Amino acid sequence: MKPVSELSFPEDLRYVESHEWVRLEEGIARIGITDYAQDQLGDVVFVELPEAGKTLARGAAFGSVESVKAVSELYMPLSGRVVEVNAALSSSPELVNQSPYGEGWMIRVEPSAPAELEGLLAAADYRERLKG
Amino acid sequence: MNPVQAAAGLVFEEPLLWERGRPGRMGYSLPRRDVEETPVPEALAAEPPEIPELSEVDLVRHYVRLSQWNVAVDTAMYPLGSCTMKYNPKTNERQAALPGFALAHPLLPEALCQGALELIAALECLLAEITGLDAVSLQPGAGAQGELAGMLIFHAFHRRQGRPRSKILVPDTAHGTNPASAALCGYRAVPVASGGQGILEPEAVARLMDEETAGIMITNPNTLGLFEGHVAEIARIVHAKGGLVYGDGANMNAVLGRVDLGRIGVDVLHLNLHKTFATPHGGGGPGAGPVCVTRRLAPFLPVPRVVHREGRFFWSEDFPLSIGKLQAFWGNFGVLVRAYAYILSMGANHLEEVSRLAVLNANYLRVGLRGDYEPAHDRPCMHECVFSDARQRPHGVTTLDIAKRLMDYGFHPPTVYFPLVVPGALMIEPTETESKEMLDLFLAAMAAIAAEAREQPELLREAPRRCLRRRLDEVQAARKPRLTGSPPAP
Repeated sequence: MKPVSELSFPEDLRYVESHEWVRLEEGIARIGITDYAQDQLGDVVFVELPEAGKTLARGAAFGSVESVKAVSELYMPLSGRVVEVNAALSSSPELVNQSPYGEGWMIRVEPSAPAELEGLLAAADYRERLKG
Repeated sequence: MNPVQAAAGLVFEEPLLWERGRPGRMGYSLPRRDVEETPVPEALAAEPPEIPELSEVDLVRHYVRLSQWNVAVDTAMYPLGSCTMKYNPKTNERQAALPGFALAHPLLPEALCQGALELIAALECLLAEITGLDAVSLQPGAGAQGELAGMLIFHAFHRRQGRPRSKILVPDTAHGTNPASAALCGYRAVPVASGGQGILEPEAVARLMDEETAGIMITNPNTLGLFEGHVAEIARIVHAKGGLVYGDGANMNAVLGRVDLGRIGVDVLHLNLHKTFATPHGGGGPGAGPVCVTRRLAPFLPVPRVVHREGRFFWSEDFPLSIGKLQAFWGNFGVLVRAYAYILSMGANHLEEVSRLAVLNANYLRVGLRGDYEPAHDRPCMHECVFSDARQRPHGVTTLDIAKRLMDYGFHPPTVYFPLVVPGALMIEPTETESKEMLDLFLAAMAAIAAEAREQPELLREAPRRCLRRRLDEVQAARKPRLTGSPPAP
């Protein structure tokens, strides 16, 4: 596992303490897990994602990620309807390790409470919490 | 003695059974047919599976060779935390092989198996006395099924009270199966964080306990190997709200004959005969997970139950509040015979001694290891001690590497990455059956590994080097598992 200083947290994303990230793309939120989360988990071997169309509240589990070490729940950083899931992860779960902010994304969500976006963390704040 | 217990010896490669077999070879002879030949009914007929065809000697060599690749309590110290891998005395096997037990058919009429029924009744009494609880069912086939039985009893009890409940409290230091057993009964598991000392604090339980909560599941000693010192007060808090207390008895080896679980407020407890009572763990089974309860919960125990009337033992289903039947026939009877033999051959005094020595051995290791490894909690432990790889990580060495390297020294690795509250956990349970000399060899091996981690970390990352199979590709095995064998292509 790497020290926090060697991990990457892009400035254009927003984060939650449960280690998911959010990127807003024309009103739709793309969601995945952070570089820290994938580094802690180690080699990801399976990703379980919801069906598109499902509506979930902020903080609800939307799936799980399994590594050789552990199985962890994935939590919604904001409330909304799942409009797309990353089908590539079912045959290539290693994308989560290789490219957590790119090809390793997990779901795209249409937010139902845009005010929740205010509560998400900026990259610097998330990094600060990891150190604390 | 050299701390490197492992030496290289002659072991054999072994192919899949299909590669050994030849069509037409056979390892058995059927008795002469004494009934008319009848074709298989069409509805039951299907393509036969591809079963390897082998002679007896092929089969025996196959499994004996595979067993030589393995490590067992009969070959090496096996400090697998939370599993209580104590030595299993051979007298247990001798008693279980007595023809009256080993050959008894489960459908024998009661009149022809009074001895087997009496053994079940007597073992129930012994386990009740050992735990301080009032009634016992030996039916559950493993610890997790004992837990499930316990949760079904919680559920049946609250329903009987007319107030079904929806939640259950599970501390973060409880066994990993606890939330799953509760969820199977429809309960939502509410986690309780342990306090700074690694044990539960009554205030934390009081904050969460309410009249929607069925009770609490406590593993005592907990998975950090620490005694839950506030358990009696926690039980009072839970009982005051009408809840029940479940004791996970998986760590019973630490408190055998020393703690009266009934008196500290436990309502339901399961035991693992294959841990505490020296029966084999097998290849994942069979085990036995008897469930013990207080008098007021006895009506809910699984059926059938052995009853004793007018000098005879027989099965009874006449318990209308019972949670029902959990297991085919009467549980894993061979395991029960072994546990009974263990208890009788030890006697009450020596059973108490078991816990004293198990706790002493664990503390001896704890003190011997803390110079090189980071303890999770540097305070006296019960039957197991937990360390982490915090001091090895700066050298790029992880708990997994340490565990693999221990194999080169000839020790089974400890439990790793559990409990989850300790990152990189190494959970070490020596049990009472290891001598001081063996514990010293283990400490010497661990000290040597700590030195290697500092000076030659690549030795650890490449371990094991002495095993027939080197480090397995766990990632590939999980991503692309091959779960069945198949005959070689013609």
